Amino acid sequence: MTELISKKPFFERFAIWLKKNLFNTPTNSVISIFLLAFIWKGIEGLFTWIFIKGVWSGGASVCREAGGFCFPFLFEKTRFIIFGFYPDGQLWRPTCAMLILIGTLFYSKEPNRWNKKLAYLWSISTFFIFWLMGGGLGLTEVTNDKWGGLPLTLLLATIGIVCSYPLGIVLALMRRSKLKVLKSISVVYIEIIRGVPLISVLFMSSVMFPLFLPEGVNFDKLLRAQIAIILFVSAYMAEVIRGGLSSIPKGQYEAAHTLGLSYFDTMRSIIIPQAIRIVIPPTVNTAIGMFKDTSLVLIIALFDLLNTTKTSLRDPEWLGFSLEAYVFVGLIYFVFCFSMSKYSQRLEREFGMKER
Amino acid sequence: MKKLLILALLSTSIFAGKTLDAIKKRGSLKCGVSTGLPGFSYPDSKGNWVGIDVDFCKALSIAIFGNGSRVKYVSLNAQQRFTALQSGEIDVLSRNTTNTLSRDTSTGLNFTTPLYYDGQAFMVRKKSGITSAKQLNGASVCTQQGTTTELNMSDYFRANRMKLRPVVFESNDEVVQSFVKGRCDAFTTDASGLAAERSKFKKPEDFVILPEIISKEPLAPAVRQGDDEWFDIVKWTMFALIQAEELGLNSKNVDTFKKSKDPRIKRFLGRTPGVGKSINLDEKWAYNVVKKLGNYGEIYEANIGMNSPLKLKRGLNSLWTNGGLMYSPPFR
Repeated sequence: MTELISKKPFFERFAIWLKKNLFNTPTNSVISIFLLAFIWKGIEGLFTWIFIKGVWSGGASVCREAGGFCFPFLFEKTRFIIFGFYPDGQLWRPTCAMLILIGTLFYSKEPNRWNKKLAYLWSISTFFIFWLMGGGLGLTEVTNDKWGGLPLTLLLATIGIVCSYPLGIVLALMRRSKLKVLKSISVVYIEIIRGVPLISVLFMSSVMFPLFLPEGVNFDKLLRAQIAIILFVSAYMAEVIRGGLSSIPKGQYEAAHTLGLSYFDTMRSIIIPQAIRIVIPPTVNTAIGMFKDTSLVLIIALFDLLNTTKTSLRDPEWLGFSLEAYVFVGLIYFVFCFSMSKYSQRLEREFGMKER
Repeated sequence: MKKLLILALLSTSIFAGKTLDAIKKRGSLKCGVSTGLPGFSYPDSKGNWVGIDVDFCKALSIAIFGNGSRVKYVSLNAQQRFTALQSGEIDVLSRNTTNTLSRDTSTGLNFTTPLYYDGQAFMVRKKSGITSAKQLNGASVCTQQGTTTELNMSDYFRANRMKLRPVVFESNDEVVQSFVKGRCDAFTTDASGLAAERSKFKKPEDFVILPEIISKEPLAPAVRQGDDEWFDIVKWTMFALIQAEELGLNSKNVDTFKKSKDPRIKRFLGRTPGVGKSINLDEKWAYNVVKKLGNYGEIYEANIGMNSPLKLKRGLNSLWTNGGLMYSPPFR
């Protein structure tokens, strides 16, 4: 049957598909027509808004007159949305830093490259990224209160995820430890962090924390937020990793014990490598959530991608183009999150095949 | 919390007279601004801070260093602003903050003289022919639910024995949409907010903001308590902007007054010494501010007045000689 259909021309095949899936009963036909009309209406509206009424050149008044998608707004504001307050003549630096970061992430995606060399590559990349962003050694210094937009979001998310991972492993091991003290420290920590929203952790770090310090002593705002994010994510990572640790059969521990391996060696070379492999999909899940959660730093007035977008709407010349701005920034977030999600699916397939 | 505040208050005394020294030593002024408010403080497309609050930071920088670019802007939201000042993260808060008794007395800060007198006003369609809020008897007025705006409005109507038909909405966007679609005759919120909303309309010139201001929102810069010298500098920099306008000095013509015989101008521009020495600044500080930035009227018009998209009339912010509240004590 399938062979017969596949030989027919495309339109005929499409007609058969329609008949079989959308119009097989009278009720379904009615529902289908209704929904198709609904979808068409939406697409038509979007199409008119972007292409027919859309404005490609001119100022804000032209856009307001036309009432369509205002491309001049994006042309004018993309620089601020992507780079925030970074000095104007130096924009190549955050651009290069982002390319290095994305390139390194891209290189690291193949599991067969996960070895010592990769660790060296990451330290070199990290050095270059911070050198490019911050300056020094021949580049003009740019203090981190001027960092913003996409580079800031990427840095907060990547550093947050990378640094919270080892912390998460330690917490997970502590939680499974036989020593009551270690176990209770870890349980209390994880449950407290998971019991409060990220906003309140960020808020404590930015509003309460300075009041405890002596006056005039200032702890870097960005660093404070980054530490808050790491502490927050590590609690979630710990739970993810603990799931992996629990799924390792007891026989593995016993076998390692019989071989005379110490606790440390057992964990390092037998248990953790297996556990981490099992929990890669939920880890990527946490990472996607994390990436989007970084946008909460706007409540402590750090200019991440979402905040630069919001702020770009405050220029009196260009008031009222929020739809354009949020569609644009939504697309950027989508590209990153969708690639992460696709990547996680691929890993899941690869590891699944090896295992089963 | 209370203990913390007391601690914060006690330790501010270490700062007495130190703020100016610290700024000079650091080489830059740390100025707290908003996270983006049209006309007041917002970044332009290249990421430079602009607005009337920002211009005040520049005026301070000119008064201290003779140069308006030595400012480090710290963007703060409503929750952070007072902590930032107390903890020394900023030297001055120039961020559309209303001076009220409780803030001035309990938060460990001192408000200087207002930079902008904001307040609640009404906007109507031009073709309605209404020119004064007193003519709004029986009008339907759109406003946001559960805000002081709503209370002020009903108080005002009651005090003037007028009939009010309020149309309230949950969000500001809904309020604006309903007003544009003609569901109500008038729309009320702070005058600066009305101007910002109006500039988003297709035909802003079809709408007018009525001159009556029915609530008091004096937006003033603030400094930490306990450093009178610094408080004076911030206060008198604001007065210098007003005084310059009153004397008819602006960034373009100030040099033509170099030979003026008027003793007030001679003192103000530092040709008769005194204005600098008394607040530990250069004798020419007021001259520099006017020359490099302008007088109050100039920065008003450029940022929120007729030369800006907001097109706010001077109103209460006119000089006292024109019926406004902008008044400077004598420079002598």
